[in-house]
Amino acid sequence: MSAENPKVMEKEIQKPLSPGRFTDMLYELLGNKRIRYSVYAALVITALVIPSFADNYVLEVFTNAYFYIILCLGLNIVVGYAGLLDLGYAAFFAVGAYTTGILTSQFGFNFWLTIPFSILFSVIAGVIIGGPTLRLRSDYLAIVTLGFGEITRIAARNLEITGGASGLIGIDRPMLFGMRLYQIHHFYFLFFVLVILAIFISHRLYNSRLGRAWEYIREDEDAAEAMGIDRVRYKLYAYVMGAVFGGVAGSFFAVKMTAISPQTFLFTQSAMILLAVVLGGMGKIQGVIVGALLLVFFPEIFRGIGDMRMLVFGIVLLIIMVFRPQGIWPTRRS
Amino acid sequence: MAILDVRNLTLRFGGLTAINNLSFAIEDNSITALIGPNGAGKTSAFNCLTGFYKANEGEILFCGKNLMRKRPFKITESGMARTFQNLRLFKNKTVLENVMSGMHCRCSAGIISSILRLPAQRAEEKKTREFSEECLEFVGILDQKDRLAQNLPYGDQRRLEWARALATQPKLLLLDEPGAGLNYDEKKELIDLIKRIRRELGITILLIEHDMGLVMNVSEKIIVIDYGQMIAEGTADEIKNNPRVIEAYLGKDEEEAV
Repeated sequence: MSAENPKVMEKEIQKPLSPGRFTDMLYELLGNKRIRYSVYAALVITALVIPSFADNYVLEVFTNAYFYIILCLGLNIVVGYAGLLDLGYAAFFAVGAYTTGILTSQFGFNFWLTIPFSILFSVIAGVIIGGPTLRLRSDYLAIVTLGFGEITRIAARNLEITGGASGLIGIDRPMLFGMRLYQIHHFYFLFFVLVILAIFISHRLYNSRLGRAWEYIREDEDAAEAMGIDRVRYKLYAYVMGAVFGGVAGSFFAVKMTAISPQTFLFTQSAMILLAVVLGGMGKIQGVIVGALLLVFFPEIFRGIGDMRMLVFGIVLLIIMVFRPQGIWPTRRS
Repeated sequence: MAILDVRNLTLRFGGLTAINNLSFAIEDNSITALIGPNGAGKTSAFNCLTGFYKANEGEILFCGKNLMRKRPFKITESGMARTFQNLRLFKNKTVLENVMSGMHCRCSAGIISSILRLPAQRAEEKKTREFSEECLEFVGILDQKDRLAQNLPYGDQRRLEWARALATQPKLLLLDEPGAGLNYDEKKELIDLIKRIRRELGITILLIEHDMGLVMNVSEKIIVIDYGQMIAEGTADEIKNNPRVIEAYLGKDEEEAV
């Protein structure tokens, strides 16, 4: 056995393209600032030229992917940075969508003016869900957030102002610089700008006093508190930031679809967003984006095999989680 | 003048009284040791002082302010820092990031200024980094600053915890068994470090320790507790010869007991 051991070890080291080795190479490559910025620039340029040759279907899929990236980055602040489980994230997205829907269709607001309200109501929703629950441990928190998601959806189905089960229809298209946004490539660019903004904000928050506070809390709550960090307050901040991302994404979703209904905000929606975050790599912006893209593109690419695709998707997810539980592109742990 | 004045502190867990009417005072700029047999309530007392346990009765006056029923982060903010008996580092963060956690309560940047990187926030971040590096240099592990905390040898993890506590810029530092798990040389360095913290930084120190050699060496005053009550208080020599202390540690003489 002792004679064989070194051989086995050598094999381990030389494993040609294991995912771990692949990401190591990727890190090394992206560790170089020049290469990193060139890669990012190339990606941005690609995203900008896609509408010039792609058809409406492809643009629709990409726009949808961008939308999910924003939601995933928002949930990532809660789950990835602060380490709080949230199974009702769709509720915040619903709050934003309904705020915009109601204010434009029933009160005649300009779309852009509804965004501050959308942010305000998301913050309120974040505080309502966060305030009383943040003293709970993670598993209880999961149940409460799950309940909150369902309450929001059921309330929307039963209230008059939200249009009941049929929802709101005929939400006005927004105007931008005197131009009415209605074509898919308009929304493609709109959501692309939002993605850049979401990445920017996530990045800045992560590399600040707040981002560090969230990570200390995730690592060891008591030690964080002993170092002078008000854990309840910073957990609340995480919820509120996540809620704002969700709310704003919801507002834009409402004007893109022009119709929203409670069916859009089912529990599966929350579960899918959470799935993308965990799959991609919690707490890592690039990872979360990869997770969101996979979530949207996979079912589209395999549309040919019909309903089987969700089965295949499930199996692929399972395989990834078994062999790479930390996610596809996790935060670096050297 | 007393920096910390504890009066009639009582802590009960159901029917068990962990701390019973404990009163003591810590002089400004002194080094005091809190000793006692296992289970005497030393760490419970620390946890009451730092807000992790809520004492049932009594008063904790720190720099003249009452700290009873304050949350731990508030107490740290007011200038009392602690270390833990079993290390509580942020294991997956780098050494520098660990120390930077201590500076959190001395900064104020919020969501907006962090997103926009306003000049005040940038200045604060720079100060945080620099001061944290100074703390690491003080305890002697600045060269390790980019390693993950969990990859440090045990002795250095201890130092990291002290650096992290120093980064909160405390007036009073509570060390819970700082010598636990250290070898002879490391303990000698620890003694030196404790003295330097007081001399160079002007920080008052209260420590729990089982190593009597270390306790006798560094502390000017020793407080002995047993069953949650203070049984003796004084200098090393006074404590050594106090019959109640000897009894608490070694038990009563059998003849006397009968």
